[in-house]
Amino acid sequence: MTVTDIARPQSPNLSLFTRFIKQVRKVPFSVTFGIVWLVGMVVVAVFADVIRPYGITAMDLRARLSLPGNPAHLLGTDELGRDVLSRLLQSIRVSLAIAFGATIISAVFGTVLGFAAAKFRGAVEHLVLVLADFQAALPFLIMSLAVLAFFGSSMPLLIGLMGFYGWERYARIARGLAISASAQGYASAVVQLGATPGRVYLHHILPNVASTLIVSMTLTFPEIILMESGLSFLGLGVQPPETSLGNMVGFGREYLTRAPWIMLAPAFVIMVTTLSISLVGDWLRDKLDPTLR
Amino acid sequence: MSEHFKTPLIEAKGLVRTYEVRQGMFGRATPVRAVDGIDLRVMPGETLGIVGESGSGKSTLGRMLLGIDPPQEGQALFEGKPMPKLATPEWRALRAKMQFVYQDPLAALDRRLTIAEQIGEPLAIHNLVPKPHRETRVAELMSAVGLRPDQAGRYPHELSGGQRQRAVIARALASRPKLLVCDEPVSALDVSIQAQVVNMLRDLQEKNHIAMVFISHDLKVVRNIADRVAVMYLGRIVEEASSDVIFKTPLHPYTKALVSSVPVPGKLLQGRVILQGEPPNPANRPSGCAFHPRCPLAADICRTSVPQLLSVADGRTAACHMVTRAEASVAA
Amino acid sequence: MFRFASIRLLRALITILAVITFAFVVLRLSGDPAQVMLGPDVPQESVDAFRKAWGLDQPLWIQYLSYIRAIFTGDFGVSMRDKASAMQLVIERIPATLQLTIPALFLKVVIGIPAGVYAALHRQSAIDRGVILAAIFGFTIPSFVMGLLLVLIFSITLGLLPSGGQDTWQHGILPTLTMSIGGIGILARFSRSAMIEVMGQPYIRTASAKGMKWQDVVWKHALPNAAVPIVTIVGFMVGTLIAGAVVVESIFSWPGIGRLLVVSVSNRDLAVVQCILLLVAATMVVSNLIVDLLYGFLDPRLRAQSAH
Repeated sequence: MTVTDIARPQSPNLSLFTRFIKQVRKVPFSVTFGIVWLVGMVVVAVFADVIRPYGITAMDLRARLSLPGNPAHLLGTDELGRDVLSRLLQSIRVSLAIAFGATIISAVFGTVLGFAAAKFRGAVEHLVLVLADFQAALPFLIMSLAVLAFFGSSMPLLIGLMGFYGWERYARIARGLAISASAQGYASAVVQLGATPGRVYLHHILPNVASTLIVSMTLTFPEIILMESGLSFLGLGVQPPETSLGNMVGFGREYLTRAPWIMLAPAFVIMVTTLSISLVGDWLRDKLDPTLR
Repeated sequence: MSEHFKTPLIEAKGLVRTYEVRQGMFGRATPVRAVDGIDLRVMPGETLGIVGESGSGKSTLGRMLLGIDPPQEGQALFEGKPMPKLATPEWRALRAKMQFVYQDPLAALDRRLTIAEQIGEPLAIHNLVPKPHRETRVAELMSAVGLRPDQAGRYPHELSGGQRQRAVIARALASRPKLLVCDEPVSALDVSIQAQVVNMLRDLQEKNHIAMVFISHDLKVVRNIADRVAVMYLGRIVEEASSDVIFKTPLHPYTKALVSSVPVPGKLLQGRVILQGEPPNPANRPSGCAFHPRCPLAADICRTSVPQLLSVADGRTAACHMVTRAEASVAA
Repeated sequence: MFRFASIRLLRALITILAVITFAFVVLRLSGDPAQVMLGPDVPQESVDAFRKAWGLDQPLWIQYLSYIRAIFTGDFGVSMRDKASAMQLVIERIPATLQLTIPALFLKVVIGIPAGVYAALHRQSAIDRGVILAAIFGFTIPSFVMGLLLVLIFSITLGLLPSGGQDTWQHGILPTLTMSIGGIGILARFSRSAMIEVMGQPYIRTASAKGMKWQDVVWKHALPNAAVPIVTIVGFMVGTLIAGAVVVESIFSWPGIGRLLVVSVSNRDLAVVQCILLLVAATMVVSNLIVDLLYGFLDPRLRAQSAH
């Protein structure tokens, strides 16, 4: 094949700041909005204790069901006089913490199994694939409900349960990429150099797989938030006195006619957050690997 | 001529490798012999060229010599000792002495690491050079293959094809191996670059006294670098001789056809033998001599009996009934 | 073709068996089943009698086998609440759920797929943009939010539609709408991208270059090929119908299986939960099986690949 055999020029050495500005300009507005929102959510999650004007169970019985916009309670109060804003901030922390923890657990678990399937093939691979099929066969909501029925709803159980969400996706990706890496590519070359399997996976395959996995994580993260919110809404997820976004919507349901803001505030946060993650995730996916769809 | 009494660096005895191939959904599995009984040896510092079309099994043979593909029958020996099993610590340790150069350098390199890191990887894996000295050694290797020092921080996709292959070769040489197996190392490169890389390989080989097995379908390239040449057809060696002899006086009809197609500068291509028939398919091996459907000299015996690789002159072997009978009658 | 079908069938059966095993394992893990089933205030003799009656003093693998046998005879035990057979309770509720899910599925397919296909064929048009937007909403607005919003708008503010119960057919409008809106968006987007991918294939260009009428190109070449991924998603949606009903039925107090599941989980009524779990698994497995078989029918290449 005749390809002109020239090297590509190395990127010119612009100052770091100029390059950063150039990158920022290239980002579409919706994605910027998404990133800003998400950063805001993370800040809230981390600093909820400090930002929060009131405790989440602090009741102001004289100001029950007050409308949002009044200076003492920016987002109003609920039927027990609890400040909606404070509860919202705390809920953001709880929901994000659960989703984040669950995403990490799921990603690690799935990647390890995927690599194991690719490395050992045979019976191990079959087992992993069957488990993955099984996971995909049952709607996660139903399965979680069943587990919650048997074991009751506690926070550690909830996080562990959410940690099973989507592991099979990471497993399939990790397995696929590891297999293709070893079949024709750099992984078999490094084995040929005499590297131990550990070195091959940690030093070579994992870094290459990481970008795809990260994109996958941005896809499952919002789904976990939705799943946990759904369970909490039904009263089976996060239990009081702890509060989560779904939890608040569930409680706000009874006062839909009289005080819709109790339900609207957390609902709004759920929607904008999942929207932001989807937008940013899509954009990241296009940037990191245009062949993925 | 005196025999070498040194042990061959690498020796193959009766190597056989078969694959199971299933035809379609309901077909039975047919065994395919990719490598069908190969004997050869390479002395330290010598270059053996292995020539053949696709389907001849030459790549499989290359991998078997390195112990990557295990043989179903036969043995591969390195420095007189049998090749350790794949993926054992002994096999891994042996990699320092034998290395592989690939056809596609881009696939053989990790796109996330700089070439300096990758060239230095064997040093890290086998702990050959203490960390502070590694950078110097990498710089030595880079200049030995003709890469500039400023290219150390480049990534594989930022280099040209020829430069990438040089990087792969530098990496292969890092552990000072005694044997280099190259599988079509220049086929993916521009013709002008091919010559540069081949010359570089030859120089490096001479300087460092490395034995080489050079696998290619391209005779022009093999001619430049090999001391001895073995021609393969459908998993068997059909002729083996020193490079000059095989190009000047090829004996086997297949070799004759291949050699006749190599252009010689300054002269018109004369007497070119054009092969009839289909290229070889290992799943559908003809009876008797595998070459007989395409051979201009085929006789009845060629259809029924497989010719053995026999010595036809000093340091020459060929596997052809017509050739061995003719030589035998000359010698008689 | 036969081999293809039998492999799929076998895998379906194995999956069902796996779900049964899962239920069994979780049940045993969650504590002494007798205690759990009977509740905490029951005297020890009753617990022992229960254990004997249920064979809980037998070795584990015998329990497993009798568990399987019980399931196949439809015996899931007795609901703690109503003392009626769990299976009976569940079966009674199926029609109510179907009243919501079937129209919802119908809407998703009938609106979603054509919208997506149309959007793909008329890129950059208003419908195209509308479909993308709808899909985003379908994905990001959870069903409970959607349901409550609809109630807020149509029941409370506008007073047009009732917000709970199953009395008249009007009661079914909002729940069905809630169930279908998200799905319409998702299915539309999916059909759109499946269609776009097919339309980008070389054989489509060839077909129209041959002089084929555009309608024929779309109906005879593009759609049948786009059908494969679309059928997959529809099959998946069928399998998850009950899961979707869970939240919606809870919001609208609709007496279907979904609501039964939530109530049973709160009460830890394990007999009913197990029954529903297996029902859902069976639905999922059967719909996947049908989709797989349809695949083999639609795409001859898949038939050839399947035997490994």
